[in-house]
Amino acid sequence: MGTSDGALRLRGVTVSLDGQPLIAGLSLDVAPGEVATVMGPSGSGKSTLLSWICGSVDPAFAIEGRIELDGHDITGTVPEARRVGILFQDDLLFPHLSVGENLAFGIPRGVGREERRKRVADALAEAELPGFEDRDPATLSGGQRARIALMRTLLAEPKALLLDEPFSKLDAALRDRVRRFVFDHATERGLPTLLVTHDPDDAAAADGPVLEIGEGGEVEARAAGEGPPVVRKAGTI
Amino acid sequence: MLRWFPALTLVLFLGPVAAGLVGTWAPAFGYLPSLGGSGFSLDPWRQLLAEPGLGKSLALSLGTGFAATLISLAIVLGFLASCHGRRPVVLVRKLLAPLLAVPHVAVAIGFAFLASPSGWAARLVSPWLTGWDRPPDIATAPDPLGIALVCGLVLKEVPFLLLITLGALGQAPVDRTLAIARSLGYGPATAWAKTVLPLVWPQIRLPVFAVLAFSLSVVDMALVLAPGTPPPLAPRILRWFNDPELGRHFLAAAGASLQFLLVAGSIAVLYGGERLAARLGRRWIAAGGRGRSGRASRRAGMGAMLLVFAIGLAGILGMAIWSLARRWRWPDALPSAWTGDNWMRQAGALAWPGWTTVTVAVAAALIAIALVLGCLENEQRNGVTPGSRVLWLIYAPLLAPQIGFLFGVQVLFISAGLDGSWVALVWGHLLFVLPYVFLALADPWRRLDERYARTARCLGAAPDRVFWRIKLPMLLRPVLFALAVGFAVSVGEYLPTVFAGGGRFATLTTEAVSLASGGDRRVIGVYSFLQALLPWIGFMLAIGVPAWFYRQRRGMKVFAA
Repeated sequence: MGTSDGALRLRGVTVSLDGQPLIAGLSLDVAPGEVATVMGPSGSGKSTLLSWICGSVDPAFAIEGRIELDGHDITGTVPEARRVGILFQDDLLFPHLSVGENLAFGIPRGVGREERRKRVADALAEAELPGFEDRDPATLSGGQRARIALMRTLLAEPKALLLDEPFSKLDAALRDRVRRFVFDHATERGLPTLLVTHDPDDAAAADGPVLEIGEGGEVEARAAGEGPPVVRKAGTI
Repeated sequence: MLRWFPALTLVLFLGPVAAGLVGTWAPAFGYLPSLGGSGFSLDPWRQLLAEPGLGKSLALSLGTGFAATLISLAIVLGFLASCHGRRPVVLVRKLLAPLLAVPHVAVAIGFAFLASPSGWAARLVSPWLTGWDRPPDIATAPDPLGIALVCGLVLKEVPFLLLITLGALGQAPVDRTLAIARSLGYGPATAWAKTVLPLVWPQIRLPVFAVLAFSLSVVDMALVLAPGTPPPLAPRILRWFNDPELGRHFLAAAGASLQFLLVAGSIAVLYGGERLAARLGRRWIAAGGRGRSGRASRRAGMGAMLLVFAIGLAGILGMAIWSLARRWRWPDALPSAWTGDNWMRQAGALAWPGWTTVTVAVAAALIAIALVLGCLENEQRNGVTPGSRVLWLIYAPLLAPQIGFLFGVQVLFISAGLDGSWVALVWGHLLFVLPYVFLALADPWRRLDERYARTARCLGAAPDRVFWRIKLPMLLRPVLFALAVGFAVSVGEYLPTVFAGGGRFATLTTEAVSLASGGDRRVIGVYSFLQALLPWIGFMLAIGVPAWFYRQRRGMKVFAA
């Protein structure tokens, strides 16, 4: 077992569907506060990789390998006990709950009522949306919703953060700001963060190690700062 | 624990159906020890074949059953093909729920109120057009050929088929398909029939079979609208079962088995017809005829559908008016004196059947929703993907004729010491409530974006918490709607009440049926209107409660469709 250094480690990960390997032999260390990027064409299994890490992968996929988080092997742990937060393309704020209730849903159980209220208020202040507790999430703008979704994830006190193309649906002007907001918070809290994306700008902004998944499932690694990665043409559609 | 739900559900709901079939077929061959039948014999069948007018009963059943099914299907498909994407579809969609909610018996009674010699229809055209200054002496509802029964069935089955077809259309890429066909020069109705119908037919097939099975074996509507000498097979079998001479039970069981064969054979015939139609249809499609602009067919399709809705709604209105009439002389179009006395006077008599109706319906609907939710949740948590065969199992109680197995269910309840109990009554209703609740809830439940549940789990919520705090509240509206569907189905059940209740329980439906033949119209109006009103209240609550509850949540409107 590794040391409790806060890192996220993937070891020998192989993802296959119906006997066809999508990802072969991926190993990766993400240090606390670092944002690693996985790039690859659609259907390359990169989103599957994230759902496997958070523990909710479709059983149709056959996956081998090991996940270590902060020195613990969490490969067989149930999702709610892994302490891995995830953000999707859509913010997925629960439409039946108010903004405050959405945030409170993330706070671990056992935290007292007063303290919960305070944490929600603090999170809203941090998202520059103070006093939004009773608002209907459907009345928020895209950027506001994205910030609330991140704060909700952070309130659950994760030890790692997974980002499944969370910026791709935002318009260009907003994308930069939300991306900054998410990366800054993840770095500030020292979370190892794994980003899956098509967008080379995302990878450049992440400024961490980049992995590219090729057509045969082979994984090509590049260290941080080796210039903008090139997305392969073949198989992007 | 969740893993046991599918098995429990199947046992609770298919167990009695299977046991009921056995318990009906055995006495049909002379085996029913409690009535002294201990050996195998063909006597019941000989007795059955010797019944006078059996052929006529069979012909009546077959004729009305097929006519009602094919006419209903033609009206629904004709309407949708000719009016796709137009205003009438929007209008009919809005009027669908109230008509769908009305129990069969209430529809039948409402139609009888309209079409009988002294009914509304005759009143509106008399005496100025017809010259009748008294109700004419002709048999209209019921009539000797069963036309009134066919009309009543069509009024009830068109809304059901329409609901199913609209649901299927919602899941297919209809607009794009039509746009392509139209751009290739096909007329609107032809384009629909050649490209959209083949897309949605697989989802409509089973419901159509269920409609045929129901129409061939309907009892409650037939008691109101079908001729009595002889009646169609199903009500005749009920008469034999109710015969005080217990030996007639063997005859009745043979009749019930014959009814089962009749339905099975008819479904096979319809299936063969479908194959043939598909083959001919393929040739028709390949021939490339473009069809016309379709104005005439649009008028016909729209006219037929609106007529169905107008008659159905007028029947309900007629019942309401009768229940408030003090004096309503022939040929006045409306009562000359109104009163609430009919309701006041019946209040005492209504209380007990009304209470039974509501409590049984609530219990059956709640049990059904719990079982269905358990099965659907198990499906998602344990990654079980049910095949299309499961759908056949769910339709089983709707495809087998009720009269063909309910006697056996009663025998089962007697041997379990449950007969005539409230539990048996609820159980009997559950057999028919469960399929509808499942059909109403399965799609919306499976369609919920599973990433909500994943997000919630990654936020630290265990599966149970995700179910109670996320899925159930998000799907509150479809869940309550399914509950209302189950409630409405139970309120309308006639035969399960008669058999499982062992004759000890009266509901609004059984009271309405027994009053319908010859009672005071004002009293019948009270019973059948109340019977129609209960499901409406259920649906209004199912729509109103979540709307009020989530009035501050705009994002929940998506889940209201």
